[in-house]
Amino acid sequence: MTFEYAPAPESRSVVDIAPSYGLFIDGEFAEAADGKVFKTVSPSTEEVLSEVAQAGEADVDRAVRAARKAFGTWSALPGSERAKYLFRIARIIQERSRELAVLETLDNGKPIKETRDADLPLVAAHFFYYAGWADKLEHAGFGPAPRPLGVAGQVIPWNFPLLMLAWKIAPALATGNTVVLKPAETTPLSALFFADICRQAGLPKGVVNIVPGYGDAGAALVAHPDVNKVAFTGSTAVGKEIARTVAGTRKKLTLELGGKGANIVFDDAPIDQAVEGIVSGIFFNQGQVCCAGSRLLVQESIHDELLDSLKRRLATLRLGDPLDKNTDIGAINSAEQLARITALAEQGEAEGAERWSPACELPSAGYWFAPTLFTNVTQAHTIARDEIFGPVLSVLTFRTPDEAVAKANNTPYGLSAGIWTEKGSRILAVANKLRAGVIWSNTFNKFDPTSPFGGYKESGFGREGGRHGLEAYLDV
Amino acid sequence: MPTSASSAAHALADVTASDSTLRRFLHGLPGVDAVGLEARAASLGTRSIKTTAKAYAIDLAISMVDLTTLEGADTPGKVRALGAKAVRPDPTDRTTPATAAVCVYPDMVAVAKEAVAGSDVKVASVATAFPAGRASLSVKLADVREAVAAGADEIDMVIDRGAFLAGRYLKVYDEITAVKEACGTDARLKVIFETGELSTYDNIRRASWLGMLAGADFIKTSTGKVAVNATPANTLLMLEAVRDFRAQTGVQVGVKPAGGIRTSKDAVKFLVLVNETAGPDWLDGHWFRFGASSLLNDLLMQRQKLATGRYSGPDYVTVD
Amino acid sequence: MSDRLSVFKTYKLYVGGKFPRSESGRVYEVTDANGDWLANAPLSSRKDARDAVVAARKAFGAWSGATAYNRGQILYRIAEMLEGRREQFVREVADAEGLSEAQAAAQVDAAIDRWVWYAGWTDKIAQVVGGGNPVAGPFFNLSSPEPTGVVAVVAPQESSFLGLVSVIAPVIATGNTAVFVAAERSPLPALSLGEVLATSDLPGGVVNVLSGRPAEIAAPLAAHQDVNAIDLAGADDVLAKELEIAAADNLKRVLRPQPVDDWTATPGIDRMTAFLETKTVWHPTGSLGASGSSY
Repeated sequence: MTFEYAPAPESRSVVDIAPSYGLFIDGEFAEAADGKVFKTVSPSTEEVLSEVAQAGEADVDRAVRAARKAFGTWSALPGSERAKYLFRIARIIQERSRELAVLETLDNGKPIKETRDADLPLVAAHFFYYAGWADKLEHAGFGPAPRPLGVAGQVIPWNFPLLMLAWKIAPALATGNTVVLKPAETTPLSALFFADICRQAGLPKGVVNIVPGYGDAGAALVAHPDVNKVAFTGSTAVGKEIARTVAGTRKKLTLELGGKGANIVFDDAPIDQAVEGIVSGIFFNQGQVCCAGSRLLVQESIHDELLDSLKRRLATLRLGDPLDKNTDIGAINSAEQLARITALAEQGEAEGAERWSPACELPSAGYWFAPTLFTNVTQAHTIARDEIFGPVLSVLTFRTPDEAVAKANNTPYGLSAGIWTEKGSRILAVANKLRAGVIWSNTFNKFDPTSPFGGYKESGFGREGGRHGLEAYLDV
Repeated sequence: MPTSASSAAHALADVTASDSTLRRFLHGLPGVDAVGLEARAASLGTRSIKTTAKAYAIDLAISMVDLTTLEGADTPGKVRALGAKAVRPDPTDRTTPATAAVCVYPDMVAVAKEAVAGSDVKVASVATAFPAGRASLSVKLADVREAVAAGADEIDMVIDRGAFLAGRYLKVYDEITAVKEACGTDARLKVIFETGELSTYDNIRRASWLGMLAGADFIKTSTGKVAVNATPANTLLMLEAVRDFRAQTGVQVGVKPAGGIRTSKDAVKFLVLVNETAGPDWLDGHWFRFGASSLLNDLLMQRQKLATGRYSGPDYVTVD
Repeated sequence: MSDRLSVFKTYKLYVGGKFPRSESGRVYEVTDANGDWLANAPLSSRKDARDAVVAARKAFGAWSGATAYNRGQILYRIAEMLEGRREQFVREVADAEGLSEAQAAAQVDAAIDRWVWYAGWTDKIAQVVGGGNPVAGPFFNLSSPEPTGVVAVVAPQESSFLGLVSVIAPVIATGNTAVFVAAERSPLPALSLGEVLATSDLPGGVVNVLSGRPAEIAAPLAAHQDVNAIDLAGADDVLAKELEIAAADNLKRVLRPQPVDDWTATPGIDRMTAFLETKTVWHPTGSLGASGSSY
């Protein structure tokens, strides 16, 4: 007899999803000007969750005008009053966190364990953190009376829908800006629930506007002449397009883009914790994480031993119903993303890397990809260079610290890296040489609202989080 | 299992050749990052074990309990009551499994043996000047021999923490091998590290390997007599050690967390640790034990709740 | 004055610590405010820009890896060397910008003082913009500024020396290396600055001086995949937009042109932070909690 965990599904009844949602503009839900709608589905079942109004250029314009109208009053509020609105929002998020966690799991496909234990606590913490800044900006090191920029146009991805919203909206509002935010087309729901939280918090109309839609809506928002600040999290290709769009304007731009993070394991690493860090680094959120440790750089002398441990550990990962509290690996967010991951993995095989996955039954409906690792990978392989944004780990080896650093840095990206060694001086020396915005040593994928996050090189510019994160929304 | 088990065991034989080889080996084991270890243990603690899985886990946990009394006030009457409870934990429900063992001081072994006679319940005895272990080797060995002679099936020895912390690993090793010899071929040896006194996870990993190299049949966290006893993290670490030891030598060693595990919820978390770390091979009273006393009644109450659908109360389980 | 015929200086580029002519062999005529001939300056080509980037990249490792104290010493040394050649620069700035000797001297003095100001910043900026973050967990977490890398600079057109120093010093103070395009019509103070830098213990390649047409040289720099950032200080609106678009190809950090009324005003730290990345390093602390063994 083996210890089979019985299904332990989180109750879906805690969330009430309406059959349709409008755009949230100037404090009201409204249909799109052209009446267009799109469906959002649950990636784990392909069930249609709701029908959502699809913003077009006219709607974006209306939202920007609403935000502009609200900006005068909002920015003129004493910081202490803005702070209280943000504290209210943080508290309401905490109160409704179970509902939001279930909602996010349904719309995104990620495990409830993650939305419950990572996404939602971080969302609330982010609003709490920036709430406290709203009346202390003169102490932030950006001059005696730093001023907001105006209307912030924010475009966020589908991998952490509500958390990315928090990263964008919390600092923007704390500094006195108003916001037009476009959530991703595959995950619009938590942003629309956030609109309801704004209503409950009594946030003045027009301060936050939510315009669900596709890339065209995002492009219209970024290009809108009355937007003063553009913040984007997403792919490097789109980030470059946005950088071209805002060229020659006065719009302030921050970009948080892709990555190909190296997780470097030295032969004196705390092996069991390193294995956990590798797993968290590439399988957290199905690897759909910009700062994922998607390249494992392992010292050649412990390659076999580490791979054995890693494979044994992967065999314990539980893939399936994201609402089940014991699920470790949920669904891929969309058919498109699944196709991309599949294609890159096939390319990895075609280029001669050795593919391995644990025995793992995939559900028949929905978008699923088994945890996968590739060995015999070199820097020349596509899977070692391109961001896969999925649960696919490329394993490379190195012989010396210099070689590890050289390989880690050998990418146009520079978002994250991991270092595993028990030798303190090696951590400091290697961390110093890595060209990446966040270095996790003897840990991985840790986030905190006080800690600035953002990339070097083509992983983007600007920082989100911490005191540093204020700069993006201040006229400095 | 590795085909090279014997050669691996042979290779490891060299490490106990001298104090310095032993030290080099133990200090060459991978380090433990405390935060990462605790995070992993906490993460496994969030597993949600429901319905059929819970029923399975509760019965399994009951069958793994070393029902323990280690008090100065222990009497034959107390030990007999304990034995009766171990054999038939829930008199109202005959389907309830017996516990794995009763655990008593050496002078109570004979009484305990009689109390569990005719059942599969083993008698375990702490020995070697439990709990401090501060006695000469000859006294410790006499303690062990008497317990074994009185019929103890299992001996729970304490290591010399003073020697360990002073870096005299070979002394600790020699003492364990001597006790193992005194156990003879019938009694299984559990080696207690008193993890709360070893203080660091690196030490717990080293002690685990030291104990296994010396022939421990079980490695056990603690005596229950110090401030910090079994924790999910230190048990997880020891489970990693037995897993790795078997992979390297082919020899399987059991694990026994003891002290501080009082609720069914806690016990189930430990079983999840076993399941996802050492693996299903350890999900058996022969390879995993809980050193506990009050835990059993909580397991029984949870078992009643599962059977009846209503919450039980302390009046519906027996005091022991 | 005797009738002695003076010796003209051949103005040359400063690249990788050496003084090459433009590989193109081209020069252009530089005149004073009255249109009188001053010198022929090298008319740099895109290949000169390429060579300068190679030199700047090569110098980056050692310069960014030098101690902040050491960088401060070297920046101060630049001020010392300039002080010694003050008269030369006063004359060149007066000619270049059509200023009186007193006005030019004020510009040069301010430029020398600016090097001193930035010399003092090298070992302080990290404390001002970096620091520990109180994360909610058992982790030590430190954010530190690091130089972005190779920075291309289109030097201000209207302030041939003070403006130039004001944009170059903050770039290299923090450990970046620079390739700059001197003011098109008044490149001589910039080219002479190269001679000062060469004698100030500044490693070759940390600053590379090009003269010529910004539109011609800056375009390849903005598009160069091994340039990490660009300062558009001296680009007009049309050129700035063009360069910013080109810079998007590898997501260079772009500092857009900003109106500067008075280069003598004390600068803030914005020109340094524009070319700094923030790196945040995490490490578990281990807790001394009640959970038993914890470190």
